[in-house]
Amino acid sequence: MARIELDKVSKVYGDGFEAVKAMDLDIADGEFMILVGPSGCGKSTALRMIAGLEDISSGELRIDGEVVNDKAPKDRDIAMVFQSYALYPHMTVRDNMGFALQLAGVDKEEIRRRVEEAAKILDLEQHLDRKPANLSGGQRQRVAMGRAIVRSPKAYLMDEPLSNLDAKLRVQMRAEVSRIQQRTGTTTVYVTHDQTEAMTLGDRVAVMRAGVLQQVDAPQTLYNAPVNLFVAGFIGSPAMNFLPATIEGSRLRLPIGEVELPDELRRALEASGDGSRDVIAGIRPEHFEDASVVEEHRLAEGHVFEAKVSLTESMGSEIYAYVEYEGEGATSDALEEIAQDAGTAEVPGAGETQIVTRLDPTSKVRPGETAKLWMDTRKLHLFDVQEGRNLTLREQPAAA
Amino acid sequence: MGKRGTREYTFWTAGLAAVIVAALFPVLWLLMLSLKTPDTIGDGRFIPEKFTLENYTSLFDGGFDSPLLRPLINSVAIALIATTIAIVLASFTAYAIARLDFPGRRAILGGALAIAMFPPISTVGPLFDMWRTLGIYDTYLGLIIPYLTFALPLAIYTLVAFFREIPWELEQAAQVDGATPFQAFTKVIAPLAAPGMFTAAILVFIFCWNDFVFAISLTSTDSSRTVPAAIAFFTGESQFTAPTGNIAAAAILVTIPIIVFVLIFQRRIVAGLTSGAVKG
Repeated sequence: MARIELDKVSKVYGDGFEAVKAMDLDIADGEFMILVGPSGCGKSTALRMIAGLEDISSGELRIDGEVVNDKAPKDRDIAMVFQSYALYPHMTVRDNMGFALQLAGVDKEEIRRRVEEAAKILDLEQHLDRKPANLSGGQRQRVAMGRAIVRSPKAYLMDEPLSNLDAKLRVQMRAEVSRIQQRTGTTTVYVTHDQTEAMTLGDRVAVMRAGVLQQVDAPQTLYNAPVNLFVAGFIGSPAMNFLPATIEGSRLRLPIGEVELPDELRRALEASGDGSRDVIAGIRPEHFEDASVVEEHRLAEGHVFEAKVSLTESMGSEIYAYVEYEGEGATSDALEEIAQDAGTAEVPGAGETQIVTRLDPTSKVRPGETAKLWMDTRKLHLFDVQEGRNLTLREQPAAA
Repeated sequence: MGKRGTREYTFWTAGLAAVIVAALFPVLWLLMLSLKTPDTIGDGRFIPEKFTLENYTSLFDGGFDSPLLRPLINSVAIALIATTIAIVLASFTAYAIARLDFPGRRAILGGALAIAMFPPISTVGPLFDMWRTLGIYDTYLGLIIPYLTFALPLAIYTLVAFFREIPWELEQAAQVDGATPFQAFTKVIAPLAAPGMFTAAILVFIFCWNDFVFAISLTSTDSSRTVPAAIAFFTGESQFTAPTGNIAAAAILVTIPIIVFVLIFQRRIVAGLTSGAVKG
């Protein structure tokens, strides 16, 4: 149980590459903090600095108020779960889990007791005397977690522990991780590039990009009030749609039509004091609907438009309709980085002049037809074109 | 399978048999020679007319001063000591080279390779002089030092390759679990590098055991003469007969420990020892 504070922590490599830039993060005792971001954003580096496996170039790292920059990993009393599990292949599961305790000089009886208790929690009892080579991926992952649990450390550090598991197993293990953390109440720092994991597991989520912390907030706040284009496009699946837009007085001109700016947006815009006309408008797929499904009185609260449907995906519980619009797509570095990381940059024509909409499963839209859709304009976000800053923040995000 | 299968099978079996015979025939001939009586040595028959174990027993005539006992003890002792020291030193070196990035790393590796290329016989002259001055001529140490010099590069290269195969994360996991770098090495890395260590050990042992050049040049008495050199000093029944039978017997005796050594350690070289440690 410990409080972990990163105070302007930076990591600069020999060749000048800045992996982490002056990161400020305060993790409360018992909190489940997620570090999320695209590949290469510095989240693993930050985690390894907390573990002591990487040197800190500048700034202070404090655990329970004590500066630990120069403390060896073994003296920090933290347990780490590696992405590749890093189990000791020549030892049985029992020995793997008991290794740290053995090194610490804990007496044999105590080691046996703790290992068996952890094995019980993780359902590994019948595997205790087997070697890692004979276990399945899920079992190995549980052994890796067991190795961390037996130590009752100050904090768990997990580096993408679920990324090597298949989809179904991942969902199960996610619940497992959450259950264990709640049961032990240990401070946990968890790195992942999967935003679904981030949203479902964390008390708070820290979004990172290119070594810089973008926003640290509860998952719902990140979803409702992303501070910039990057966070908006990163959180949420399917991703938020971005359209180029122009503000004209109290109206907003979008490729799919002109809309009256809702009051709250106008107020927020004034508050952020930005006078520019060209912006990027963002709206999530779930804030669209088939106009024929929307109740009469709600239609006026949004914007109705027609668009050609190019593709539909029926999920059973909802339908995703991909619609085309005239004009250009919205471009920005942040959006390009997200596309690179997701791999969609490779796909020709993906997302350029396309909106993804999530519709009620009773909707009758068909590909190739023109559909009448409704957009909830109260859920629009407007972003500065240059820096990607959210000009229309309504819910105040928490400080890091 | 069918016809094609059986024909291929026969072909390969015949081929393998031919290779095995070619490789083992000299050894078998030697074995047969060692069982022949002195008067039938040169009769050219594979299976001896008359069997005798004279050649073996006469090697150990005279107890401790027998032609072969002392040299055999010397060979075993020197080879084992040299192998142990070589493996320990090579492990530390290989670990540093494989894991750490320090200035001069390439130079050390290159230097080691250069030394291995050096013809051992060219160092015999200077060594003879030096050892006599230093007083380690005709001692265990006098042989162990050149053996280490020429065997270390091989051992280091073998071990660097094995260490590179071990995932770095295992040591990091050990560090986080509370191990000092030395503990991480001895408890986690060394057990996993065991196949490499045994491979290197076999190679070094064979090198030391079979060496003739240094053994004959740097020893003068049975106090440290090893078997290859001792065989050269065998005397026959009379000044006109070559001690062929004795030499053959000594050669067979000397080969047995090597075979035993290799068989014991060969089982330890199990591939895939690190499977299951990391995913993918």
